[in-house]
Amino acid sequence: MQLIWNGLIVGSFYALVALGYSMVYGIIKLLNFAHGDIYMLGAFTGFATLSAFGISNETSIPLLLVIMLLSMVTTGLIGVGIERIAYRPLRKSPRLAVLITAIGVSFTLEYAVRQIFGPNPEAFPVRLESNGFAFAGMRITAAQIVLVVIAAGLMLVLAHIVERTRSGRAMRAIALDPQGAQLMGINVNRVIATVFFIGSALAGAAGVMAGAYYGSIDFLMGFIIGLKAFTAAVIGGIGNLYGAMLGGLLLGLLESFGSAWFGGEWRDVFSFAFLILFLTFKPTGLLGARVVERM
Amino acid sequence: MSRSQTRADAALRAPSPLFDRPAAPAGILNSNKGFLRALGTLAVVLLAVLPFINATPYLMSIATSALIYVMLAMGLNVVVGYAGLLDLGYIAFFAVGAYISGIFTTVLGWPMWAALPMTIVACIVAGIIIGAPTLRLRSDYLAIVTLGFGEIIRITANNLQITGGPSGIHGIPTWSFGDWSFSDGFTLFGLEFPQRVVFYYFVAAVVVLVGVVGAGRLAKGKMGRAWKAVRDDEDAAEAMGINTYIAKITAYIIGAVWAGIAGQLMATHLSAISPNSFQFLYSALILMSVVLGGMGSTPGVIIGALFVSLAPELLREFSEWRFLIFGVLLVVVMLFRPAGLWPSTAILPWLKKLKPVPPPTAGFMAVPAASANEDLETVEGEETR
Repeated sequence: MQLIWNGLIVGSFYALVALGYSMVYGIIKLLNFAHGDIYMLGAFTGFATLSAFGISNETSIPLLLVIMLLSMVTTGLIGVGIERIAYRPLRKSPRLAVLITAIGVSFTLEYAVRQIFGPNPEAFPVRLESNGFAFAGMRITAAQIVLVVIAAGLMLVLAHIVERTRSGRAMRAIALDPQGAQLMGINVNRVIATVFFIGSALAGAAGVMAGAYYGSIDFLMGFIIGLKAFTAAVIGGIGNLYGAMLGGLLLGLLESFGSAWFGGEWRDVFSFAFLILFLTFKPTGLLGARVVERM
Repeated sequence: MSRSQTRADAALRAPSPLFDRPAAPAGILNSNKGFLRALGTLAVVLLAVLPFINATPYLMSIATSALIYVMLAMGLNVVVGYAGLLDLGYIAFFAVGAYISGIFTTVLGWPMWAALPMTIVACIVAGIIIGAPTLRLRSDYLAIVTLGFGEIIRITANNLQITGGPSGIHGIPTWSFGDWSFSDGFTLFGLEFPQRVVFYYFVAAVVVLVGVVGAGRLAKGKMGRAWKAVRDDEDAAEAMGINTYIAKITAYIIGAVWAGIAGQLMATHLSAISPNSFQFLYSALILMSVVLGGMGSTPGVIIGALFVSLAPELLREFSEWRFLIFGVLLVVVMLFRPAGLWPSTAILPWLKKLKPVPPPTAGFMAVPAASANEDLETVEGEETR
């Protein structure tokens, strides 16, 4: 039971990052390698803001929420900026060129943060208290519940935006057919910028949550989580939002059980091997529709 | 021979050209090919002469590492430059080569040359394991799977007993053939060559022959043309009868073998390997040298590899900043000069100004209308005869 609960928490981080991956991929068919680094930037934005106010070792949850909102806005704007500078001029280029640019952006973000904050891990100023209570054989802390609730809330808001609002309908239209959407009078550039904003904001929120949960952040923390989030997106079916959520939670559970069975040092090997297996046998994922490649 | 047969022969024969084409320009300064050939010869001569100019251990060590980088970059160039497949875990094959040769020579006590076939087989197997499932999918899936594969290899090497865990393998012997090994040195015409110089020459020979010339020749052959066709338009290549899956997987395997050989050379060069030398960072650095120099361009990739491997030595004060600069460079190059510094289709700048020689068609155009009609009449007359 403890394994399930731990898996759910890690899985909700993965799901939040995977959502951004999946949205961007669904709309412009780009694997945004820099997405994991946006998550890292979110954590560092929170860290920088709190340090500027001289706050350390806090445990208050409202403060965490405020910081999270701030980081979401910052990372969202950074995401829009990256799209404008690095991806938009290359939208008509071969796919290889855009992928290489994405790696360049990821590298730039990582080492810019390294130059600013230094190569050593930093302690995140807001910690969540670790004393919890036992329930049905699990040890649960209040903080963990808060994290899961926040993650679930963000996902519900996202689902509402995509399913019920005008801009959400525009996003789905562009994902289906960008040129057709443009002919119908949709401002494609603005909608893509919105998608980058939302995706990056979710990753930033996950970054702050991870900082508060694990307690330490460093400039390479986005690399592994970017890979994991991609795995989650593929498991669920890339381009499908509910698939990304499901895939994230599933990957969290798989890792939790995998490290219990094979030992923690094999955790990453386990999940990447799982990714390769999934791509071999079911590349469309659990909820993904079979996409016919257009010439 | 009957008349109809001569006519059939005439129909099969290629028509003779209407006018003689001017001979292709030759010479060092007048043609791209001649210039590149001269440049290549010069580079080989420089490589051969370098130990006579300055044979300090420091310089020899840097030069050997730079050559191994060139080998890696040429291998990745086959995958990324020719076949257009983005491999982000390329260093994994380098690690496979280094570890396989290290294990066979230290644990089993094999001589280094005997480990070479093992390295090649291991790289082919690894290439098939990763390539076979993913090359059927879209190219961007390959990128992320190779990224994951690179991490798998590194973490596995970190956790296994046989690979020495986090501290790696130490005391890898150098190459030996029978009784003689590189550490004995070599004496020729009274000149004493110490071990590092002999090894440098050995690496230089392997890199130039296999890495540069071998990969360059492969790219010009049937398979190389298939790679480029797949890169430029996969659907069209398939319609032309190319088995795109076979083409992609051969490119991938050849890249893997190149990296494995480079890994074995590096294991000998450093005599100790550890998982930390095989991080994602190094995959990205090699990719950078290929992209900066020019994907698919041999001189460009060599220059890129030399730049990336020598930059930390030349720019010591900026070593903190260099990864940031590399990242920005990657984006800037893709935005403004996507073909790289020395594109594969580059024309030497002073050749661009040359006016193309006008073909001697003036005579055909200037035929007066009346005589043209006469010609037509005689042709018709021939037919009626």
